[in-house]
Amino acid sequence: MKITIQHLTKRFGATTAVNDFSAEIQSGELIALLGPSGCGKSTMLNMISGILPVTEGKIFFDEEDVTDLSPEKRGIGLVFQNYALYPHMTVLENIAFPLEIKKVKRAEREAKAKEMAKLVHVDMLLDRKPKQLSGGQQQRVAIARALIKNPRVLLLDEPLSNLDARLRIEMREEIRRIQTETKVTTIFVTHDQEEAMSISDHIVLMKDGFLQQVAQPQQLYDEPVNCFVADFLGNPPINKTHGVIQNGQLVLDGGCCVTLDKAAICKEGQKVTLSMRAEAITVDENEKNAKGIIEETYVMGKEVLAYVLLGDYKVRAYIPAEKEFTKGQKVNIGLKKRGVFLFDDETGERLA
Amino acid sequence: MSTQERKKSAFSLTVMRIKAEPFLYLAPFALGILVFTLYPIINVFLMSFKENFNYITKEFSGWGLGNYQYILKDPYFIQAFKNTFFYVFIVIPISTCLSVVIATLLNQKIKFSGLFQTAYFLPMVTSTIAVGLAWKFMFNYRSGVINYLLNCFGFESLNWLQVTTYNFPALCIYGIWAILPFTIILLLSGLQNIDPMYYTAAKVDGAGPIKSFFRITIPLLMPTIFLVLIINTISTFKVFNELFPLFNGPGVSNNLFTVVYYIYYQFRVKMPSKYGYAAAAAVVLFLVIFVFTMIQRWIEKKTKD
Repeated sequence: MKITIQHLTKRFGATTAVNDFSAEIQSGELIALLGPSGCGKSTMLNMISGILPVTEGKIFFDEEDVTDLSPEKRGIGLVFQNYALYPHMTVLENIAFPLEIKKVKRAEREAKAKEMAKLVHVDMLLDRKPKQLSGGQQQRVAIARALIKNPRVLLLDEPLSNLDARLRIEMREEIRRIQTETKVTTIFVTHDQEEAMSISDHIVLMKDGFLQQVAQPQQLYDEPVNCFVADFLGNPPINKTHGVIQNGQLVLDGGCCVTLDKAAICKEGQKVTLSMRAEAITVDENEKNAKGIIEETYVMGKEVLAYVLLGDYKVRAYIPAEKEFTKGQKVNIGLKKRGVFLFDDETGERLA
Repeated sequence: MSTQERKKSAFSLTVMRIKAEPFLYLAPFALGILVFTLYPIINVFLMSFKENFNYITKEFSGWGLGNYQYILKDPYFIQAFKNTFFYVFIVIPISTCLSVVIATLLNQKIKFSGLFQTAYFLPMVTSTIAVGLAWKFMFNYRSGVINYLLNCFGFESLNWLQVTTYNFPALCIYGIWAILPFTIILLLSGLQNIDPMYYTAAKVDGAGPIKSFFRITIPLLMPTIFLVLIINTISTFKVFNELFPLFNGPGVSNNLFTVVYYIYYQFRVKMPSKYGYAAAAAVVLFLVIFVFTMIQRWIEKKTKD
């Protein structure tokens, strides 16, 4: 089912948590709502679920306006950050609870609950109480409870934040698997870019209540629309340098001159931000985009992480392990086409 | 020789000091319990087996079950027992149900909830006797507000305080009112311990307020409800104070004897005082409360599993 969000705004008193947010989510996709803490992504999710009323704007499920519908009437399944499994009920009762409310007959709802339990692989734990389950198992039960109503949308609030590192990877693959099997449109909230990159079809990136970009993970990484998006994605973080365009060349703070084709579209004297991914920087004799000084090298096994001084900036670059550089050595720096971005210094908008 | 031995003895002395220290800290309180709680309890227990015990001279005719034989045949005691049982079985369920409902309502985000909370907790900070007198006016046959309300709804006035049939209901109403605030406070704290996310989850699952009250609130409040039941059952079995503001004693024609009043009656009202009977009645009451508490604990454990 397609979700359309139009000019959605949420204010809490004087603070605006979500600001004029518009986006379209295609049917059957797994969407990550990504952003740093406090960017309004959970608020966004709660508005889609109907737990929070919206201040302005509209939400459509397909063609139906659900803006003023209460959560139970929207046909959503919601998985809470702490799972919110009812502690006095067994796993089976927990999963069957939404059907119990709908007054589905006992035999029928238990059969359905068992089917759901099988889907999420907790069918051997049906008689346990939530307290007797591990975090990952609780998560699975919570997903089963959310899915039993055949929801139009499955919403997950920070589904992996309460799990340890190994379980996190296992569970994110499970979420992907369950989503693929049920084909339900799914939105999950996360602040972890790796989580969002690895399993989602599209990422919705937010900052301070504003939508930054909606794109496929790889596209988001390769073609960020602004400086924040480029900063937020990638590990190690992108190298960010500032400079001025002079004579068609970019002069970084500290006097380092960078030859860039992309600089041609900029105005003379314009202040810009040059962001470079570590893998986009080459340290080579032949290429001559700029000159730098090796500051430090760290051996990582298959490659070497080098800190290179470009003017006032220390940038990270990956260089092949077979090359040897000494500290203080002057080197030629090359920049690949992919992973090098120019942003306007003031607005942060992408220039090239 | 001695350096080593001295060291050893010094060592063991330190050990002793370390072992004795906690007992030293416990001693003052333990002494208080011993003198003011344990000794009287044991004394009452022994006293109940001393026949024809004279409290002043400490003389008694012999050990035996005579006191028990007497009270179990005494119509006053039997009536006291019946009254107490009825009182407990009427006051406990009604007050608990009322308290759960009121506490749930007070726990909602409503306007003036602070005002309501104060109003409901007022009985706790007022003197039972003073407010009891106010109740006496409210129960008044001619000018009481309760009869006025009954008349408003088309019922006839009842003579609450002067007619034996209505004595007992009046006592129960007053008893329920007196027990409410404490119960509500405990239940309210239990309610506030329930994570609101369960209600949100239930709402998303489609449960309305009634359904989530019975399927979420009540089960999660069960530990507090059991606590309240146990505490209140023990205290209502000991009903005594409530008799005085309304009736100045056990009702118009001694029809409101309760077990504790019977104990009081045997050693304070009756002349000469019968300490043995009083002690035997106290032991019987203790056993009854003990059995009831155990049953409640057992049910609590059963429901938990």
